Amino acid sequence: MKVLVTAKRVVDYNVNVRVLSDNSGVDLNNVKMSVNPFDEIAIEEAVRLKEAGTADEVVVVSIGPASAAEQIRTALALGADRGILVETDEDVQPLGIAKVLKAIVEKEAPGLVITGKQAIDGDNSQTGQMLAALTGMPQATFASEVVINDGSATVTREIDGGLETITVNLPAVITTDLRLNEPRYASLPNIMKAKKKPMDKYTPADLGVDVTPRVKTLKVTPPPERQAGIIVESVEQLVDKLKNEAKVIS
Amino acid sequence: MSILVVAEHDNDSIKPPTLVGVAAAAAIGGDIEVLVAGAGCAAAGEAAAKIAGVSKVLVADNAAYEHFLAENIAALVAEIGGNYSHILTVTTTSGKNYMPRVAALLDVAQISDISGVVSEDTFERPIYAGNAIATVQSSDAIKVITVRGTAFDPVAAEGGSATVENLDIVKDLGISKWDKADIVKLERPELTSASIIISGGRGMQNGENFALLESVADKLGAAIGASRAAVDAGFVPNDMQVGQTGKIVAPDLYIAVGISGAIQHLAGMKDSKVIVAINKDEDAPIFQVADYGLVADLFKAVPELDSML
Ligand SMILES: Cc1cc2nc3c(=O)[nH]c(=O)nc-3n(C[C@H](O)[C@H](O)[C@H](O)COP(=O)(O)OP(=O)(O)OC[C@H]3O[C@@H](n4cnc5c(N)ncnc54)[C@H](O)[C@@H]3O)c2cc1C
Ligand SMILES: Nc1ncnc2c1ncn2[C@@H]1O[C@H](COP(=O)(O)O)[C@@H](O)[C@H]1O
Repeated sequence: MKVLVTAKRVVDYNVNVRVLSDNSGVDLNNVKMSVNPFDEIAIEEAVRLKEAGTADEVVVVSIGPASAAEQIRTALALGADRGILVETDEDVQPLGIAKVLKAIVEKEAPGLVITGKQAIDGDNSQTGQMLAALTGMPQATFASEVVINDGSATVTREIDGGLETITVNLPAVITTDLRLNEPRYASLPNIMKAKKKPMDKYTPADLGVDVTPRVKTLKVTPPPERQAGIIVESVEQLVDKLKNEAKVIS
Repeated sequence: MSILVVAEHDNDSIKPPTLVGVAAAAAIGGDIEVLVAGAGCAAAGEAAAKIAGVSKVLVADNAAYEHFLAENIAALVAEIGGNYSHILTVTTTSGKNYMPRVAALLDVAQISDISGVVSEDTFERPIYAGNAIATVQSSDAIKVITVRGTAFDPVAAEGGSATVENLDIVKDLGISKWDKADIVKLERPELTSASIIISGGRGMQNGENFALLESVADKLGAAIGASRAAVDAGFVPNDMQVGQTGKIVAPDLYIAVGISGAIQHLAGMKDSKVIVAINKDEDAPIFQVADYGLVADLFKAVPELDSML
């Protein structure tokens, strides 16, 4: 079985992003960029399926600027076999990404697609579900456990209230939640090896996909600032403040 | 303009997020219809008809919709979706699951997790874990939207008198199957609707120590939450996680105990009215958002707090 995984280039999760003063977006100059954390989990899951003999090839796709090749290299160093970069400088929205991925799915015919549940820049949480809809595949979102059976996958999902288990026919799209696995670190020899692994490049136009945005960002503003309050000296003072100043307990 | 709100329900009654979805629909303005899909959900349909401001309830009662499998629900919503200017639901794990599928079937974008309505085609939504708010305008004919549960005041559950119409559209794709659910039994208010929340982090050290928080929660009628670190360490179930990738909460009072205040945690709770932080490290970032900070060992401070309530 071939597994397709996605890796978005995003601002590293440790960066505290700042809104640009002209409200056109956030400041991405000189900030550290990484593989979206949920996609690291997707890559790890795919590589484990290969190590277990369930998958025979892991192909990683990223859609983004030329520099997104770095994130593909990271995935290759973590154990993916081959990369596909769909290069565009446009800020492609989830529906456009899903259409590009559909074109890749048609080329590659994977038995399973694993995406992250959410990209931590736009916090959209849409792409995997949209890809599933466009390709007619079933979906298993927010996965915390994946078991591959003969022709199907049994997936435990994190839902409000607890966990749910469903079985989806393959091929399917699975989106990863945080507790699915703990991604490994790439070793130096594997980073070196990754440089020699193949990477195909396309543009959305090569794939015949129109990625024109349907949603326009008019402005980006900072959230309402929260003022730091006071440090209380004792539990007694805290209780007094909560009762008599904030009036949130009685 | 007609707006469709997809309800969350338990077959007998309507769940609170639905009332937030209707509130967002009212903020957009237009005729509001509610879809209740499920198996044996007639009572929930009746309950939906009482929601203030709703003009019509559509009930799709069929075994195909019993477990809200995304494939079947999305096919149903997309089939009727062409009649509406907006299709809304709340950003719960259920809404997040099927709604993007609806949008893709209709070939429109989804606008996720809106926190404000500017006009019928322009909305505000948090991005980058709430570190920025984007104002976005959609050019699609149908706006498919999920609504942040804490961003709108729920409408009244009673007072309306909508007509109820049964739909006999059956979408059973047969490509997925529900096996089981392990739902955590709640003895306390639910996180997303509680007016007071006390949350524990890695500083709690183990699951047993959450008993300290439970005792305080019982006295305050509070819900209990947790940081991801506490969930990952196995102290408490995943359902309790507050944050960018857990639950978004905005209670009147949020008490963070042994939580450092990572961006991803703040994303889930910084809209709370009053924030209290108890942490032994005076440099912990949580103090930058706390109205009342107490620098103390939680194992001393929490029992003391408990005894004073
Ligand atoms: C993609 C992504 C998504 C994430 N999503 C979330 C999310 O939704 N929610 C979330 O919470 N995190 C999330 N995280 C994790 C987040 O980055 C932090 O790792 C996590 O919030 C830390 O949890 P913590 O504050 O409990 O632990 P720590 O950062 O380890 O802090 C523990 C705190 O307890 C204090 N402490 C220890 N002992 C005591 C004591 N005896 N008395 C008083 N204080 C004490 C310490 O001073 C410290 O400040 C996410 C991370 C990533 C990468
Ligand atoms: N530009 C992209 N390149 C590769 N994968 C992407 C891209 N955008 C989104 N994805 C995948 O889709 C998931 C969900 O993203 P989103 O719907 O934007 O929250 C991410 O975790 C990625 O796995």
